[in-house]
Amino acid sequence: MNDAIISVKDLKKFYGSQKVLDGINFEVERGQIFALLGENGAGKTTTIRILSTLIRPDEGIAMIDGLDTSREANEVRKRISLTGQYATVDELLTGEENLQMMGHLNHLNRSTVKKRTATLLRQFDLLDAAKKQAKSYSGGMRRRLDIALGLLANPKVIFLDEPTTGLDPRSRLNMWTLIQELAKNGTTIFLTTQYLEEADQLADKIALIHNGKIVVEGTATELKKMIGEEKLVLQFQSPANLMKAHNLLDGQLNHASNSLILTAKDSTEDLRNTLNTLHEQDMMPIDIYFRKPTLEDVFMEITSHKQEGEVKYG
Amino acid sequence: MDEMKWVIRDGWTMSRRSFKHILRNPDALFLSIGLPVVLMLMFVFVFGGAINTGTEYINYVVPGVIITCVGYASSMTAGSVAQDMVGGLFERFRSMPLRPSSLLVGHVIGSFVRNGIGAVIVLVVALLIGFEPNAEFWDWTGIIGYLSLFLLAISWLAVVFGLIAKSVESASAFTFFIMFLPYVSSAFVPTETMPKWLHSFAEHQPMTPLIETLRGFLTGTPIGNSAYLTLLWFGSLLILSIIMATIIFKRKKQE
Ligand SMILES: Nc1ncnc2c1ncn2[C@@H]1O[C@H](COP(=O)(O)OP(=O)(O)OP(=O)(O)O)[C@@H](O)[C@H]1O
Ligand SMILES: [Mg+2]
Repeated sequence: MNDAIISVKDLKKFYGSQKVLDGINFEVERGQIFALLGENGAGKTTTIRILSTLIRPDEGIAMIDGLDTSREANEVRKRISLTGQYATVDELLTGEENLQMMGHLNHLNRSTVKKRTATLLRQFDLLDAAKKQAKSYSGGMRRRLDIALGLLANPKVIFLDEPTTGLDPRSRLNMWTLIQELAKNGTTIFLTTQYLEEADQLADKIALIHNGKIVVEGTATELKKMIGEEKLVLQFQSPANLMKAHNLLDGQLNHASNSLILTAKDSTEDLRNTLNTLHEQDMMPIDIYFRKPTLEDVFMEITSHKQEGEVKYG
Repeated sequence: MDEMKWVIRDGWTMSRRSFKHILRNPDALFLSIGLPVVLMLMFVFVFGGAINTGTEYINYVVPGVIITCVGYASSMTAGSVAQDMVGGLFERFRSMPLRPSSLLVGHVIGSFVRNGIGAVIVLVVALLIGFEPNAEFWDWTGIIGYLSLFLLAISWLAVVFGLIAKSVESASAFTFFIMFLPYVSSAFVPTETMPKWLHSFAEHQPMTPLIETLRGFLTGTPIGNSAYLTLLWFGSLLILSIIMATIIFKRKKQE
């Protein structure tokens, strides 16, 4: 037997005539960080809502720890925690009171509630704000409290719906560290994100969802292989300069923006050599920048593969 | 049995949360007390002279003011329930192994406390400006009993509205509706003085028997069959509302 803690088979969900989930399949192993990656409206929240027993699928089954999320919902609820897309802290209560309330609702005894609250406040860097009402919290603090609220029960599986959306870069990095620490304790983490980079940094396994279908699934490395490395983009003044540069350097041409796209080799040395080569011929690009591969790159790649496939079999 | 224990404990946890909300959102409390008090002062000192009720006007109007106060404060529950629905807190709670009833009970108990405070303050102000009740111990028991039934029924009905409201603002429409009902009853003026069509509505709407019952207990006017009508009206409203709230809560779960 494999060690899948979440397994989803042919999941379908309709809202009216709109097919929101169109036959989704995946498995998550115990202790993994799994990222469901997709754009707005792809079906991420719908998938999480089914897995966390809030709604039922129209077809297919979702199992958590061997339990059916629609037929054994109450048993499933004892094993999971959900932190939704929008922070659900009680604004009028303080951070500490929020945690205590959640502790009591999770039926922990008094002393455990006290201990867990103190630990979580420290772990999530909320000690200074513990006695302040949550309505005075910044977006990042609110998000941290929100996630901490889900941890009181020691769940086996944690669902995080877009945990870093709306956070500034520094808070985002902190959140990544927190999530990685949670995973170290053996908890399975299921998160959604719109950012390829985030999935890449955090997840052991990534599934890309688009229009209610999983289009690719694999490890970050496997996905990376598909989309390639970081790019170095050199933009030139005129098409003539662009062609000249193309003769000197090996790269892909983008005529529309007059630029040459090279594979970045992740070193300043390489960048200097590239510029020197151009300099020797008295040429200077008007703009130079590094670009991370994006979700669009992935979609482009996938659609181009599909087209190639069609050509082959057509 | 164990199940019952947890429903009570969770209900208590949620009630404590409601108490904190009352203390930290004093505006709502002041509004729900201040409004009826101002109303009472206005009716007694401004309109009172012009309204002929056959008794001292203040003794006539106090029961109506108390009902307005309790009805208003109870209906505010709709807003707090809607806040939890829209704000997503219930969504999180629904993904936990909790009984929905314990979550809703917290709101209703919070309403009870808010109302208790409100009703006592309104009564004290009434006594200060010359209200003279002649209620005995058993009358007071009856008053508390009927008021509790009324506030529970309205609070649960408010829960229903809070659950189906799309926003906190639309939930507060319910508050205005409840606020308005006592005006077209025998609360402030005898119903005989109203135009015919309004008179028959006022005569047959549930607020009138409730107010007559309360007035009877407080000042000794005849109660007649008002007490039974009150029990019938608000008893069935209470039962219906609890059933509806539970069904809607479950339905939302399976959408
Ligand atoms: N309750 C609902 N009723 C009708 N349509 C819905 C409902 N919930 C979701 N949808 C639709 O289903 C689609 C997928 O929604 P979902 O919330 O799962 O997307 P998402 O991937 O989480 O997007 P986002 O990144 O914006 O959060 C959307 O087109 C949305 O309009
Ligand atoms: Mg979403």
